[in-house]
Amino acid sequence: MLETIQMEYYLILSAVLFTIGTIGVLTRRNAIIIFMSLELMLNAVNLSLVAFSSYYGDSAGQIFVFFIMALAAAEAAVGLAIILSLFRLKKTVYVDEVNIFKW
Amino acid sequence: MEDLLFYLFAFVVIGSASVVVLSKNIMYSAFSLLFTFFGVAGLYVLLFADFVALTQIMVYIGGILVLIIFGVLLTTKITGVDIKSGTTGKVQLITASVVVVIIAISLILLFTNVEWVNQEFVQPNTTIDSIGFAFMTKYLLPFEIAAVLLLIALVGATLIARRK
Amino acid sequence: MTETLWLLIEVGVKALFIISMILSAAAVLVYSERKVSAFIQNRIGPNRVGPVGVLQPFADVLKLFMKEDLVPRAADRRFHSLAPIISLGVAISVYSVIPFAHYVQIGERIIYMGIAPNVNVGYLFILALTSVGVYGVTLAGWSSNNKYSLLGGLRSSAQMISYELSMGLSIIGVFMLAGSFSLNDIVLQQEGLRWNIFLQPLGFIIFLVATFAETNRAPFDLPEAEPELVGGYNTEYSGMKFGMFFLAEYANMATASAIISLLYLGGWQLPFSYNLIGLEAGSVSLAIVQFLCFLLKILVLCFFFIWVRWTVPRFRYDQLMNLGWRKLLPLALLNIVLTGIAMMIWG
Repeated sequence: MLETIQMEYYLILSAVLFTIGTIGVLTRRNAIIIFMSLELMLNAVNLSLVAFSSYYGDSAGQIFVFFIMALAAAEAAVGLAIILSLFRLKKTVYVDEVNIFKW
Repeated sequence: MEDLLFYLFAFVVIGSASVVVLSKNIMYSAFSLLFTFFGVAGLYVLLFADFVALTQIMVYIGGILVLIIFGVLLTTKITGVDIKSGTTGKVQLITASVVVVIIAISLILLFTNVEWVNQEFVQPNTTIDSIGFAFMTKYLLPFEIAAVLLLIALVGATLIARRK
Repeated sequence: MTETLWLLIEVGVKALFIISMILSAAAVLVYSERKVSAFIQNRIGPNRVGPVGVLQPFADVLKLFMKEDLVPRAADRRFHSLAPIISLGVAISVYSVIPFAHYVQIGERIIYMGIAPNVNVGYLFILALTSVGVYGVTLAGWSSNNKYSLLGGLRSSAQMISYELSMGLSIIGVFMLAGSFSLNDIVLQQEGLRWNIFLQPLGFIIFLVATFAETNRAPFDLPEAEPELVGGYNTEYSGMKFGMFFLAEYANMATASAIISLLYLGGWQLPFSYNLIGLEAGSVSLAIVQFLCFLLKILVLCFFFIWVRWTVPRFRYDQLMNLGWRKLLPLALLNIVLTGIAMMIWG
């Protein structure tokens, strides 16, 4: 494998995944889809970290991945709680309809 | 063989990630996110990061995605399977596409132009031991802080989501 | 090249063996469930097809195959047919890391009994797959477009992720004793009668309860509580798709029994040293004896599953969550601390 698949391949894949996530965050209105796109971006970062870690034989990269996962889990719990109470308050999860600070 | 697997997983990841972002039905998005996570886990296995791959499945698929699906089902009128979700207006779409293209080009240029030090790939027997030792020695403080962070998130999420 | 070919043949034969074992186990379990429940409720049970009704499960399967496969018009077709595949697929793929016996030596070649019993992350693999199993049920509930199905699906996913925590935490004691996630290492550590059930009694009880909840069996069968939810997540399923859910339930029961016996009851280990009955390590006859021992443990546990189902009434939803989060989770954490202290004292 490692003769033909270079580390750059993983990095480019991770860049593509990150970009797809960015598209989602910037263009969708539903807060939950924005949330999923954020997870995609985090996964892209994790992928590049694991690629670095494996190709340099250093487990630090994988340890960072664990911290990112812990962070993602915390973010998922709090974020969805916020979305849920938002839905109770405004009956919508579309981010552009939550505009009481705008006039 | 491994090349083929890499391309297969890459295809799955990119295809399902596109569905997540572009699909009109939010449940389709949620379930294709499942395949993205699986694809990324497969890539981790190809990189000999077995522990990370299984943690990916347990945390992302077993935890975060279930939470997301609960979020979807609790915040939409769940009487029908037909759960739609729109995109933003034209102006935002144009600016967004410009930003996205800039990000993509700069990232790919960065990754291809840097001269990465070519090291001999060491194929570890298992990564569990080294990761465990690192967590308990060098990275003990961040590990504890992460645990406290998770506790805070747990309490905070319950507090916010609780019906008053 | 010949090495790869041999490996492929070996894995293929093992996979075939495992799948046929699961299917026949499901048949045996369906029959024994009906017979045992009949015995407990003072009935006779199936007695028409074959002698004392032993061919009943085959008749059931034949009936399911002949039935029309109904999909509600309002359902989401793709996901509706994907859901039972996920359920059954997860139930079967768990077996890839389960060892059935130690190993057989043929010439130079050592064949381990099981597809990959020595992987370092063995049990983590099972935990990961059980977390995927939630999706089969949730997907079935949502895609049927039926409120009872949806309620069943939601209940089941909430239940499974709640009990997964106590399940995962309760076995950490076992891993601390074995120093490995590999199932074969865990079994090897329970040589003789050093079974984990004696070393980890608290962990065993927590794990057993959590397993009942994970497999959606009574007394935790809220996802398909008939009086409240019609049939739960599989209300809108018929024909062989229903059959797949049915099969997955029994396959899961067999898997759960196999895992309990591997982690706590010594797996394929005989309760005494194999030298005592004059067998050699690596011989075929020893492997067969070990396999039969493992099978016996699984069958006893399956009988226990059935027995509990027809004896204990169903929990209420709040009781279920209370038990999982407020009782089992702290107890599982306590078990880790106790194991640590015991290991410090006795080394």
